[in-house]
Amino acid sequence: MIDPVTLAVIQAGLQQVCDEMDLTFSRAAFSPVIAEADDRSDGIYSAEDGSLIAQGARGLPVFVGTMQFSTRHLIGRIARGETAAPEPGDIYIVNDPYLGGTHLMDVRFALPFYRGGRLWCWLSNTGHWPDTGGAVPGGFSASATAAEQEGLRLPPVKLFKRGEMDREIWQIICSNIRVSGQRIGDVKAQAAALLVGAERLGALMDRYGDDTVAGAIAEMRALAARQMRANIALVPDGTYAAKAWVDSDGVVNEPLEIALSVAKAEDGLVFDFTGSSAPCAGPMNSVRATTLSSVYLAMRHIFPDVPISAGAFEPLEVRGIKGTFLDAHYPRPVSGCAAEVSQRIAEAVFAAMVQALPEKVTAAPAGTSGNFGLGGHDPEKGRDYVMYQISGGGYGGNADHDGLSNGCSTIGISKAPPVEIMEQNFPVLYRRYALHEGSGGAGRHRGGFGLDYEIELRRGTARASFVMDHGRSGPQGVLGGQDGGVNRVEVIRGTEVWVPPHLSKAQDVPLQPGDRVRVRTPGGGGYGDPATRAPGAVAEDLRLGRYKDEAAARGRGQG
Amino acid sequence: MAGLVAGVDVGGTFTDLVIFDPGSGAVRLAKVPTTLDNQAHGVMSAFDAAGADLAQVALVVHGTTTTTNAVLERNLCRTGLITTEGFRDVLELGRRTRPQPYGMTGRFVPVIPRDLRLEVPERMDAEGRVITPLDEAALRDAITALVAAGCESLVIHFLHSYSNPAHELRALEIAAGLWPTPYITAGHQLLSESREFERGVTAAVNAAVQPLLERYVSRLAAELKGRGYRAELLVMNGNGGMVSAAHVSREAVKTVMSGPASGVMAACYTGQRAGMVNLITYDMGGTSTDVALIRDARPPVSNEIEVEYAMPIHVPMVDVRTVGAGGGSIARVDAAGMLRVGPESAGAMPGPVCYGRGGTQVTISDANLILGRLPTVRFGQAADAARAAMEDQIARPLGLSVEAAAEAVLRIANTHMAGAIRMVSISMGADPRDFALFAFGGAGPLHAAELARELAIPRVLIPARPGITNALGCTVADLRHDFVRTVNRPLDTVDMDAVHALWAGQEVQGRALIAAEEVALTGVEAEFSADMQFVGQTHLLRVPLPDGAPSRADLQARFEAAYHARFRVDLPEIRANLVNLNCSVIGRRPDLDLSRLIDPTGRRDLAGALTGRRQVWFGGWQDVPVYRREWLPADAALDGPAIIEQMDTTTLLPPGDRMATDAMGNLILQIGGCA
Repeated sequence: MIDPVTLAVIQAGLQQVCDEMDLTFSRAAFSPVIAEADDRSDGIYSAEDGSLIAQGARGLPVFVGTMQFSTRHLIGRIARGETAAPEPGDIYIVNDPYLGGTHLMDVRFALPFYRGGRLWCWLSNTGHWPDTGGAVPGGFSASATAAEQEGLRLPPVKLFKRGEMDREIWQIICSNIRVSGQRIGDVKAQAAALLVGAERLGALMDRYGDDTVAGAIAEMRALAARQMRANIALVPDGTYAAKAWVDSDGVVNEPLEIALSVAKAEDGLVFDFTGSSAPCAGPMNSVRATTLSSVYLAMRHIFPDVPISAGAFEPLEVRGIKGTFLDAHYPRPVSGCAAEVSQRIAEAVFAAMVQALPEKVTAAPAGTSGNFGLGGHDPEKGRDYVMYQISGGGYGGNADHDGLSNGCSTIGISKAPPVEIMEQNFPVLYRRYALHEGSGGAGRHRGGFGLDYEIELRRGTARASFVMDHGRSGPQGVLGGQDGGVNRVEVIRGTEVWVPPHLSKAQDVPLQPGDRVRVRTPGGGGYGDPATRAPGAVAEDLRLGRYKDEAAARGRGQG
Repeated sequence: MAGLVAGVDVGGTFTDLVIFDPGSGAVRLAKVPTTLDNQAHGVMSAFDAAGADLAQVALVVHGTTTTTNAVLERNLCRTGLITTEGFRDVLELGRRTRPQPYGMTGRFVPVIPRDLRLEVPERMDAEGRVITPLDEAALRDAITALVAAGCESLVIHFLHSYSNPAHELRALEIAAGLWPTPYITAGHQLLSESREFERGVTAAVNAAVQPLLERYVSRLAAELKGRGYRAELLVMNGNGGMVSAAHVSREAVKTVMSGPASGVMAACYTGQRAGMVNLITYDMGGTSTDVALIRDARPPVSNEIEVEYAMPIHVPMVDVRTVGAGGGSIARVDAAGMLRVGPESAGAMPGPVCYGRGGTQVTISDANLILGRLPTVRFGQAADAARAAMEDQIARPLGLSVEAAAEAVLRIANTHMAGAIRMVSISMGADPRDFALFAFGGAGPLHAAELARELAIPRVLIPARPGITNALGCTVADLRHDFVRTVNRPLDTVDMDAVHALWAGQEVQGRALIAAEEVALTGVEAEFSADMQFVGQTHLLRVPLPDGAPSRADLQARFEAAYHARFRVDLPEIRANLVNLNCSVIGRRPDLDLSRLIDPTGRRDLAGALTGRRQVWFGGWQDVPVYRREWLPADAALDGPAIIEQMDTTTLLPPGDRMATDAMGNLILQIGGCA
């Protein structure tokens, strides 16, 4: 038994190792998705089974837990001789979604960390690469029907062997991805982060001793489990059911249902997804690692004080995903899993848990990453381009106050790029970048507002793709609150307004100069009966033009 | 004939004054309560307390929290915004963020409310070409509407004005004829860089604090004049330089970091004279702890400060980071039985249990008291309450003695602070072990040695007057003007002659501004740097330069060396990008003699400086000598453990560490076990 003070000190030390890896990766990276949007995560994983020891606090939330699954697969493959055994200085690369991943764009590196000649643990990180090949630049397909259409799939292979990069593997990768010129910078950044982590972890162990650190890790795991259980003790006994829907899979125009019931068990929670939709034809499938990770990240949003550790997940049991679209296998397409399906899973968890913990949990947030991709040729600059606009939406109202407007996606922490930077780089003109008026779901505390933007193509032809959600129904209101406003996509050609049949998803929509794309993102769900909203708050919303009239501000049901 | 030089800093609790007499070397000090309703009253009573005759004072330099508080408390002037059609909500939408990675809640109040944000037809593209001409009739209507709505300040913020300011300039011209006050800010004037949210917030904050600062500074200047002060009042800017009161409100936003900047300037000055030019400043007060990284005795200046969640202010300011709470941080045992310290704080009210103001939760200060590090006598019966609270809240749940519990609280607090400091230095590409720790603030010197050990920092510098460091910074700061010009082109396509001309122009402009101030100087210098990256990156690396005329090859080489030093990565495959050209023109003030901050006539020998002994806990009770700082000889040297007390702070020298004094009254701690 290790003394509690040394334990806390080592815990903080391991956390700093991970935070330093996160920081190094972002600062040295080239891809704006990593450098600006922090779409990456770094952590330390056990040598025995890959279970999570510590992970950076500023890693992208969707990666909470995923790398322990990918490390576990790697360890299993090495044990079975399917992947070459590690040696000091090696770094493996893998992006296979079905081996404990998310989508193909999330490329994972794993470094075996040695101590006294023995493999002691793994350091691993994930970074979202801007492209990994496939039918759609950037990889966010709205209509892929097989994994091969989504891009290059790498099983775990050693990209670095005894400290040297394998140029042959690198050339194979570069020949299969777009804009490969700058990727060498990202690869060096991703490897540098792991090397920094290895150095810092070594220093920590030199200082406190290997056995003490090992003891602390075991104790931390038990503590995190205790802490999660102590939080779960706040949940009244019972079963809490909720549903959430993905608009469609992008191919078959029918909603996909997530059916969840959360039951309080002996000393944990059981998340049962039995009854959820079957695997789908289009890319809105999730893989097991992402589904579990989505449950974990939702619970961490509810209990942010529990450290990210395998122990924190022990009391959370996920059941009933077999045979559903939440546990897809090769060759089901999965490019929508990390950005959209994950957020519907989190929404189902929020909608169930708010019944149990109404003071702690909010109404549903917008919960979509709002991917709008535009690819074309700019004749003025004489170059092809791929543009991404991500956008936020309203957060749900909660026990204390109204929801935040234009908040980041549930699974992200990234900033959206400024309009001026987008216009510098791409042949577009933003006609509007405004509050999505009326989108906050009415309630005692209303939801926050989404975003309303309109982009005009200035020159050359282009193709637009949309991978969003909540086009059919808005984010759920709770305890009598109204749903938030829905996501709307319109393509405006002269006087014609085209709405995608799948509402929030479409691929390769042709645009001519002068055509416009207008997107309105969802508002957050309302919390509590709108009739109980403070009269002054309604007047303020109207004075500031947030709703068109009092009936709207008080909720649709209020006349 | 040099007159007196006075620095006065208004903080949240105290107003501090230090006056130097350059002729005799004499120093006078005062510390009086801050008068929150009108800070000028506190300033005047500080001069009274110091017995200063303002007719004898040649220079008053002032650090103020007027604008800082106004922003954080949203006590702003009624301000209107006129912006490009379609974009009035930019200031409210921000960059799609939330305040913390986990927890789907957050609140944000924009600087200007939605009903005072109006739009007019006009549009430039990114290249500065007019897409839609400025609708002047609509502009006049908007101005009239905002005047009618009672606005005192006006912001004009158009898209891409950094690229072509023509529409903003024309709008300024029209507004000047219609607006009833001089308080008009155009976006491109403060910051000629792209990023509409950041530029807009910077302009909006400037406009919204301008009248407040102007009124305050002119009232203070009038009061000083009424007492016989004849020179111009100077105000500390957030960049660590100062400007005259007459000009300061023009760019009022630059004073938002005024207070912390002066502390950093004092550290630069003190460190330089003590022969320690690389410092990590560590300012621990009751409610927060601030950290800055000083290299070569120069303040770290950043153009991208975020003063709170979604409140970016992108003008050059000293980069001071808040790394955690202060002495009021609350310790507790959580549901899983883990000891935690902070982030919750008891603040100044009710404060720690030992303050006896109704605080019930144990804090870092209580732990210090229980271990004998603070004098028990000063706290009376509340000391017993602190002990009882430690017993109930920490010791019993963890099965520890009260002393071991208090020690654990400090150890965890120091571990977390050290981690935060390490992250700050790593994010600036520095290894903390290469620095000395400059500790000030009420609680800084109490924790400094143990924190340094945690960071493997070998030396700690505790200045003569840790409690008035900000006021000292006001007296030693230089005049300073910063310029940033965005180029943003691959280095090998840049016209180097044009680059050299831009840098030369910045220097000329800065020298002209400094020549216009009526302040005695010993010289004027220009410092140059370039912000660079590899083509395709978004983060920038600042590359210091010896002058404003580097060759292309020199820039490339310096950048690659800086990048390698930072990331240990070489990228011969990728070209460099030249993003910003920076120039700072600095008017150096005459030296001040710091050796009399502690009156040398009060010095005694070491035995004479001993005021007593008390029991202090270092893993067990030890009988520890207590010295009075003001009585220590100039060449004192002693081994820990020891306690050194002075009016406004207590310094802890743990066992195994050594302490020496120098001629300026600094304490230099050598940390045992650190090479």
